[in-house]
Amino acid sequence: MGITQVLFWFLSILAILSAILVVVSKNPVHSVLWLIVVFVAISGHYILLDAQFLAIVNLIVYAGAIMVLFLFVFMLMNLNADTEPQKNRWLKIAGVVTGGALLLVLVAALKKADMKAQLAEMGHGNIGLIHNLGAVLFSDYVVPFELSSALFLSAMVGVVVIGKKD
Amino acid sequence: MSIALFCIGVAGVLTRRNAIIIFMCIELMLNAVNLLLVAFSKMHYHALAATNPNAGIDGQLFVFFIMVVAAAEVSVGLAIIVMMYRNTHSIDVNFLNRLKH
Repeated sequence: MGITQVLFWFLSILAILSAILVVVSKNPVHSVLWLIVVFVAISGHYILLDAQFLAIVNLIVYAGAIMVLFLFVFMLMNLNADTEPQKNRWLKIAGVVTGGALLLVLVAALKKADMKAQLAEMGHGNIGLIHNLGAVLFSDYVVPFELSSALFLSAMVGVVVIGKKD
Repeated sequence: MSIALFCIGVAGVLTRRNAIIIFMCIELMLNAVNLLLVAFSKMHYHALAATNPNAGIDGQLFVFFIMVVAAAEVSVGLAIIVMMYRNTHSIDVNFLNRLKH
Protein backbone atom coordinates (compact mmCIF):
# COMPACT_ATOMS: atom_id res chain seq x y z
CA MET A 1 0.00 0.00 0.00
CA GLY A 2 1.73 3.11 -1.21
CA ILE A 3 1.44 6.59 0.13
CA THR A 4 -1.09 7.59 -2.51
CA GLN A 5 -3.39 4.79 -1.50
CA VAL A 6 -3.14 5.72 2.14
CA LEU A 7 -3.88 9.31 1.23
CA PHE A 8 -6.84 8.26 -0.92
CA TRP A 9 -8.48 6.28 1.86
CA PHE A 10 -7.77 8.93 4.43
CA LEU A 11 -9.30 11.67 2.27
CA SER A 12 -12.29 9.52 1.36
CA ILE A 13 -13.11 8.69 4.94
CA LEU A 14 -12.59 12.30 5.96
CA ALA A 15 -14.90 13.55 3.20
CA ILE A 16 -17.67 11.08 3.90
CA LEU A 17 -17.58 11.59 7.66
CA SER A 18 -17.65 15.36 7.33
CA ALA A 19 -20.46 15.15 4.78
CA ILE A 20 -22.53 13.16 7.23
CA LEU A 21 -21.72 15.71 9.91
CA VAL A 22 -22.81 18.52 7.57
CA VAL A 23 -26.23 16.95 7.36
CA VAL A 24 -26.71 15.96 10.99
CA SER A 25 -25.22 18.85 12.94
CA LYS A 26 -27.77 21.07 14.61
CA ASN A 27 -25.91 24.34 14.43
CA PRO A 28 -25.79 25.74 10.88
CA VAL A 29 -22.39 27.32 11.46
CA HIS A 30 -20.95 23.91 12.34
CA SER A 31 -22.47 22.62 9.11
CA VAL A 32 -20.61 25.25 7.13
CA LEU A 33 -17.34 24.44 8.85
CA TRP A 34 -17.76 20.73 8.11
CA LEU A 35 -18.59 21.59 4.52
CA ILE A 36 -15.26 23.39 4.29
CA VAL A 37 -13.57 20.19 5.47
CA VAL A 38 -15.41 18.29 2.72
CA PHE A 39 -14.19 20.73 0.10
CA VAL A 40 -10.61 20.54 1.30
CA ALA A 41 -10.76 16.75 1.14
CA ILE A 42 -12.16 16.90 -2.39
CA SER A 43 -9.37 19.26 -3.38
CA GLY A 44 -6.92 16.70 -2.08
CA HIS A 45 -8.59 14.13 -4.29
CA TYR A 46 -8.18 16.41 -7.28
CA ILE A 47 -4.47 16.69 -6.56
CA LEU A 48 -4.24 12.90 -6.31
CA LEU A 49 -5.98 12.70 -9.69
CA ASP A 50 -3.51 15.15 -11.29
CA ALA A 51 -6.00 17.97 -11.63
CA GLN A 52 -3.91 20.63 -9.93
CA PHE A 53 -5.66 23.60 -11.46
CA LEU A 54 -9.08 22.31 -10.44
CA ALA A 55 -7.83 21.68 -6.92
CA ILE A 56 -6.72 25.27 -6.52
CA VAL A 57 -9.89 26.62 -8.13
CA ASN A 58 -11.98 24.43 -5.86
CA LEU A 59 -10.19 25.73 -2.80
CA ILE A 60 -10.47 29.37 -3.84
CA VAL A 61 -14.01 29.35 -5.16
CA TYR A 62 -15.75 26.93 -2.82
CA ALA A 63 -13.83 26.90 0.43
CA GLY A 64 -13.02 30.58 0.06
CA ALA A 65 -15.74 32.51 -1.64
CA ILE A 66 -18.90 30.48 -1.37
CA MET A 67 -18.38 29.47 2.25
CA VAL A 68 -17.69 33.08 3.22
CA LEU A 69 -20.96 33.96 1.49
CA PHE A 70 -22.78 31.33 3.55
CA LEU A 71 -21.23 32.59 6.76
CA PHE A 72 -22.19 36.15 5.92
CA VAL A 73 -25.78 35.10 5.41
CA PHE A 74 -25.76 33.29 8.76
CA MET A 75 -24.45 36.36 10.51
CA LEU A 76 -27.00 38.50 8.73
CA MET A 77 -29.82 36.32 9.97
CA ASN A 78 -28.34 35.76 13.43
CA LEU A 79 -29.10 32.06 13.41
CA ASN A 80 -28.28 29.52 16.05
CA ALA A 81 -29.38 26.05 17.06
CA ASP A 82 -32.49 27.29 18.85
CA THR A 83 -34.12 28.80 15.80
CA GLU A 84 -33.52 25.65 13.82
CA PRO A 85 -36.84 24.39 12.41
CA GLN A 86 -37.51 20.77 13.21
CA LYS A 87 -39.06 18.17 11.01
CA ASN A 88 -40.95 15.35 12.59
CA ARG A 89 -39.17 12.08 13.11
CA TRP A 90 -40.90 10.06 10.41
CA LEU A 91 -39.87 12.50 7.72
CA LYS A 92 -36.25 12.26 8.87
CA ILE A 93 -36.34 8.47 8.82
CA ALA A 94 -37.96 8.53 5.40
CA GLY A 95 -35.24 10.81 4.09
CA VAL A 96 -32.45 8.60 5.39
CA VAL A 97 -34.12 5.49 4.00
CA THR A 98 -34.53 7.13 0.60
CA GLY A 99 -30.89 8.17 0.48
CA GLY A 100 -29.76 4.71 1.55
CA ALA A 101 -31.97 3.05 -1.05
CA LEU A 102 -30.54 5.27 -3.77
CA LEU A 103 -27.03 4.38 -2.62
CA LEU A 104 -27.88 0.69 -2.70
CA VAL A 105 -29.38 0.89 -6.20
CA LEU A 106 -26.45 2.84 -7.63
CA VAL A 107 -23.84 0.58 -6.10
CA ALA A 108 -25.68 -2.52 -7.30
CA ALA A 109 -26.01 -1.10 -10.79
CA LEU A 110 -22.39 -0.02 -11.06
CA LYS A 111 -20.79 -3.03 -9.46
CA LYS A 112 -20.74 -4.97 -12.68
CA ALA A 113 -19.60 -2.02 -14.77
CA ASP A 114 -16.44 -2.56 -16.71
CA MET A 115 -13.63 -1.12 -14.65
CA LYS A 116 -10.72 -2.75 -16.41
CA ALA A 117 -9.40 0.54 -17.72
CA GLN A 118 -9.50 2.09 -14.30
CA LEU A 119 -5.86 1.69 -13.42
CA ALA A 120 -5.57 5.38 -12.70
CA GLU A 121 -1.93 5.71 -11.86
CA MET A 122 -1.11 8.75 -9.87
CA GLY A 123 1.52 11.36 -10.53
CA HIS A 124 1.57 10.79 -14.25
CA GLY A 125 0.09 12.89 -17.03
CA ASN A 126 -0.11 16.62 -17.23
CA ILE A 127 -3.56 17.48 -18.56
CA GLY A 128 -4.43 19.15 -15.28
CA LEU A 129 -1.88 21.92 -15.63
CA ILE A 130 -3.06 25.44 -16.36
CA HIS A 131 -1.12 25.61 -19.61
CA ASN A 132 -2.90 22.67 -21.23
CA LEU A 133 -6.31 23.47 -19.78
CA GLY A 134 -6.11 27.05 -20.93
CA ALA A 135 -5.07 26.12 -24.44
CA VAL A 136 -8.11 23.89 -24.87
CA LEU A 137 -10.41 26.26 -23.04
CA PHE A 138 -9.65 29.16 -25.35
CA SER A 139 -9.62 27.14 -28.56
CA ASP A 140 -12.39 24.53 -28.40
CA TYR A 141 -14.52 25.95 -25.60
CA VAL A 142 -14.60 29.65 -26.37
CA VAL A 143 -18.37 29.85 -26.84
CA PRO A 144 -19.27 28.17 -23.51
CA PHE A 145 -16.67 30.34 -21.83
CA GLU A 146 -18.25 33.52 -23.13
CA LEU A 147 -21.71 32.20 -22.32
CA SER A 148 -20.63 31.59 -18.73
CA SER A 149 -19.40 35.16 -18.48
CA ALA A 150 -22.81 36.35 -19.70
CA LEU A 151 -24.41 34.05 -17.12
CA PHE A 152 -22.30 35.61 -14.39
CA LEU A 153 -23.30 39.09 -15.47
CA SER A 154 -26.98 38.19 -15.45
CA ALA A 155 -26.61 36.50 -12.05
CA MET A 156 -24.99 39.64 -10.69
CA VAL A 157 -27.77 41.85 -12.01
CA GLY A 158 -30.37 39.43 -10.69
CA VAL A 159 -28.86 39.41 -7.20
CA VAL A 160 -28.81 43.19 -7.10
CA VAL A 161 -32.43 43.38 -8.25
CA ILE A 162 -33.57 40.78 -5.72
CA GLY A 163 -31.64 42.34 -2.88
CA LYS A 164 -32.78 45.89 -3.58
CA LYS A 165 -36.51 45.66 -3.18
CA ASP A 166 -37.72 45.23 0.37
CA MET B 1 -17.15 7.33 -2.65
CA SER B 2 -18.63 9.92 -4.97
CA ILE B 3 -21.90 8.02 -4.99
CA ALA B 4 -21.90 8.03 -1.20
CA LEU B 5 -21.37 11.78 -1.14
CA PHE B 6 -24.20 12.28 -3.60
CA CYS B 7 -26.56 10.14 -1.56
CA ILE B 8 -25.68 11.96 1.65
CA GLY B 9 -26.57 15.13 -0.21
CA VAL B 10 -29.92 13.69 -1.31
CA ALA B 11 -30.69 12.49 2.21
CA GLY B 12 -29.77 15.89 3.54
CA VAL B 13 -32.14 17.66 1.19
CA LEU B 14 -34.89 15.32 2.26
CA THR B 15 -34.25 15.42 5.99
CA ARG B 16 -33.65 19.06 6.76
CA ARG B 17 -36.10 21.89 6.70
CA ASN B 18 -33.58 24.66 7.03
CA ALA B 19 -33.34 26.26 3.61
CA ILE B 20 -29.63 26.96 3.94
CA ILE B 21 -28.76 23.40 4.91
CA ILE B 22 -30.67 22.24 1.85
CA PHE B 23 -28.54 24.60 -0.17
CA MET B 24 -25.34 23.18 1.25
CA CYS B 25 -26.51 19.69 0.40
CA ILE B 26 -26.99 20.78 -3.18
CA GLU B 27 -23.40 21.97 -3.15
CA LEU B 28 -22.40 18.57 -1.83
CA MET B 29 -24.12 16.84 -4.74
CA LEU B 30 -22.48 19.14 -7.28
CA ASN B 31 -19.09 18.37 -5.80
CA ALA B 32 -19.72 14.65 -5.92
CA VAL B 33 -20.43 14.92 -9.63
CA ASN B 34 -17.31 17.03 -10.11
CA LEU B 35 -15.19 14.42 -8.39
CA LEU B 36 -16.64 11.70 -10.57
CA LEU B 37 -15.95 13.73 -13.72
CA VAL B 38 -12.34 14.25 -12.76
CA ALA B 39 -11.88 10.56 -11.96
CA PHE B 40 -13.36 9.55 -15.30
CA SER B 41 -11.24 12.07 -17.15
CA LYS B 42 -8.21 10.48 -15.53
CA MET B 43 -9.30 7.02 -16.63
CA HIS B 44 -10.04 8.26 -20.13
CA TYR B 45 -6.63 9.87 -20.31
CA HIS B 46 -5.00 6.60 -19.40
CA ALA B 47 -6.98 4.71 -22.01
CA LEU B 48 -6.21 7.11 -24.84
CA ALA B 49 -3.00 8.85 -23.85
CA ALA B 50 -0.94 7.13 -26.53
CA THR B 51 -2.96 8.43 -29.45
CA ASN B 52 -4.35 11.69 -28.15
CA PRO B 53 -2.34 13.65 -25.61
CA ASN B 54 -5.35 15.80 -24.79
CA ALA B 55 -7.74 12.94 -24.03
CA GLY B 56 -9.63 13.51 -20.85
CA ILE B 57 -9.15 17.25 -20.76
CA ASP B 58 -12.82 17.77 -21.59
CA GLY B 59 -13.87 16.31 -18.27
CA GLN B 60 -11.80 18.79 -16.33
CA LEU B 61 -13.17 21.67 -18.37
CA PHE B 62 -16.70 20.50 -17.68
CA VAL B 63 -15.87 20.55 -14.00
CA PHE B 64 -14.66 24.10 -14.46
CA PHE B 65 -17.95 25.12 -16.06
CA ILE B 66 -19.94 23.35 -13.35
CA MET B 67 -18.07 25.39 -10.77
CA VAL B 68 -18.88 28.59 -12.67
CA VAL B 69 -22.57 27.78 -12.84
CA ALA B 70 -22.64 26.68 -9.19
CA ALA B 71 -21.10 29.94 -8.06
CA ALA B 72 -23.72 31.96 -9.94
CA GLU B 73 -26.49 29.71 -8.63
CA VAL B 74 -25.34 30.05 -5.04
CA SER B 75 -25.25 33.82 -5.21
CA VAL B 76 -28.76 34.03 -6.65
CA GLY B 77 -30.10 31.41 -4.23
CA LEU B 78 -28.66 33.12 -1.18
CA ALA B 79 -30.14 36.41 -2.32
CA ILE B 80 -33.53 34.74 -2.58
CA ILE B 81 -33.12 33.21 0.89
CA VAL B 82 -32.17 36.56 2.39
CA MET B 83 -35.23 38.15 0.80
CA MET B 84 -37.43 35.34 2.09
CA TYR B 85 -36.00 35.80 5.57
CA ARG B 86 -36.65 39.51 5.40
CA ASN B 87 -40.28 38.87 4.56
CA THR B 88 -41.02 36.03 6.95
CA HIS B 89 -38.30 36.10 9.64
CA SER B 90 -37.90 32.37 9.28
CA ILE B 91 -35.92 30.04 7.07
CA ASP B 92 -38.41 27.23 7.31
CA VAL B 93 -39.15 25.99 3.81
CA ASN B 94 -42.55 24.74 4.89
CA PHE B 95 -43.57 28.34 5.21
CA LEU B 96 -43.55 28.45 1.43
CA ASN B 97 -46.51 26.10 1.41
CA ARG B 98 -48.55 29.23 1.46
CA LEU B 99 -47.47 29.90 -2.11
CA LYS B 100 -50.08 27.46 -3.33
CA HIS B 101 -53.04 29.44 -2.03
